[in-house]
Amino acid sequence: MITLEHLHKAYGDKTVLDDVSLAFPAGQVTSLIGPNGAGKSTLLMCIARLLPANRGQILLDGQDISRIAIADYARRVATLRQVLDFNLRLTVEELVAFGRFPYSRGLLTADDQQVIDESLDFLGLQPLRGAYLDELSGGQRQMAFLAMTIAQRTDLLLLDEPLNNLDMKHAVQIMQAIRRLCDEQGRTVILVVHDINFAANYSDHIVAMKGGAVHSHGPVAEVVTQANLRALFGLAFEILPSAHGFVCNYFNPSLSRELV
Amino acid sequence: MSRVLLPTLLLLLCGVSLMVGASQISWSALWSASDDAWLTLTASRLPRLAALVLTGVGLSICGVILQQIVRNRFVEPATCGGLDAAKLGILVALTVLPGAGASGRMLFALVFCLLASLVYVAIIRRIRFTNLVLVPVIGLMYGSLLSAIAEFYAYRHNILQSMQGWLLGDFSRVIEGNYEIIYLILPIVVLTYLYAQRFTVLGMGEGMATSLGLNYAATAILGLVLVAVSVSATVITVGAIPFVGLVVPNLVALRYGENLKRTLPIVAMCGAALLLACDILGRLLIHPYEVPIGLTAGSVGGVLFLLLILWKCK
Repeated sequence: MITLEHLHKAYGDKTVLDDVSLAFPAGQVTSLIGPNGAGKSTLLMCIARLLPANRGQILLDGQDISRIAIADYARRVATLRQVLDFNLRLTVEELVAFGRFPYSRGLLTADDQQVIDESLDFLGLQPLRGAYLDELSGGQRQMAFLAMTIAQRTDLLLLDEPLNNLDMKHAVQIMQAIRRLCDEQGRTVILVVHDINFAANYSDHIVAMKGGAVHSHGPVAEVVTQANLRALFGLAFEILPSAHGFVCNYFNPSLSRELV
Repeated sequence: MSRVLLPTLLLLLCGVSLMVGASQISWSALWSASDDAWLTLTASRLPRLAALVLTGVGLSICGVILQQIVRNRFVEPATCGGLDAAKLGILVALTVLPGAGASGRMLFALVFCLLASLVYVAIIRRIRFTNLVLVPVIGLMYGSLLSAIAEFYAYRHNILQSMQGWLLGDFSRVIEGNYEIIYLILPIVVLTYLYAQRFTVLGMGEGMATSLGLNYAATAILGLVLVAVSVSATVITVGAIPFVGLVVPNLVALRYGENLKRTLPIVAMCGAALLLACDILGRLLIHPYEVPIGLTAGSVGGVLFLLLILWKCK
């Protein structure tokens, strides 16, 4: 559904995205992985229309996204970035209600209210609905922002490092929610994730980036191989099959000596 | 609580404001339709009340809008250069077009205020401060600079003394026939309320606002225009009253949050109540003379501003 054609982005003379052409499979979870500065977030922000690309185009269902009005785009693509500087004093419910802004522009209908309730239910946030955001833990806040993004009811969700600064339990909860969004509601999710194990265990498709270009992409089993990850990150990997997916050990892999 | 208590308090203050003043009005005089008492009421007391309420509402709503645009709690017309620019605009109008009248001066004030706040927002967005207090400090410096230019300009044109007189916020000059421009604040309030959701989304930052389908730049500029209209209307009619737009939204946000659709009416009522209370205080302190409201509101607001900064930065 989302296709990139020869996307190029540079800041001054520093190239961040170099001729990226990709197609993201619909109805699947795609993780963008790669070392810092690989251009993952830039790519995601270009798709979100928060950054303009210098060359190339992005097609949503065959339509150039720069030709879609920003208000219409918000009903088709929802974006969640890291929200470190959010200082509005809103309750969880009020925040989630703003996920309906692209539809209602302020006046909530009964349908909107139902979507808000469902989104809160979906992430188990009902007990916190009246709490102010600044009274919540980082994990609970992230859940609230995800609920708002879910309430936008878009086919495509873009999540930029949704697991940043979260403890293990909240990280697992968020990834499980993303999985359910895809499996139960048929939504397409593209996320930037740093933890290779979350990417390997929760996504269908992986796009690995390095130096502004696509390093490799494909179904998880094709990308998550010892040789490929070693080339991508410059680290030795030991990939252990588990009951549900893979566990990638890069902390103390037994083969590390031959590389260093 | 706010549903009943706040409107009651506001009505009470309105009533007191009508009864307090240099000349005594008694209920019996009004009842017996004494011309004198009615004249005092309709020519002075009621216009003053309307001006007070509208100014309080307008200034506190300006504070809210600016705080959403700049995303800093300590920004308001007096800490972003808007107020000083409006003064400068009036001075320029006085010397360039002496016969322009109130609406001409208002137009100058409006344009200057809008340009100054656009420049301020551009500076703040460019520098990207992370420090909460630095943003208003830059605004105060910027405002002082504009103020200094205004004073120099006034000095060159020999209107320094009169400028200092009429720029200090003062409601005692408000009488029937010379304050009606303040009613411009009414449509501003209505528009702000209709756009309340958009202004809240604005406060989420450019990225999130764009993701929610809001035209960020257009909404921010609309907000600055609304602010410029209310600030210039109040400066023309009653002079400069600092800190009302800062203190009221902050105190309301602490208790009721910042979902503007819900909190704007509360902000408006609190703004009017604060100004009424300051005005009544100013009229009673050295009765039958008056302390200008620029002094009373400025000092009450200034102290609250300091307390808020100390409390927030702890």
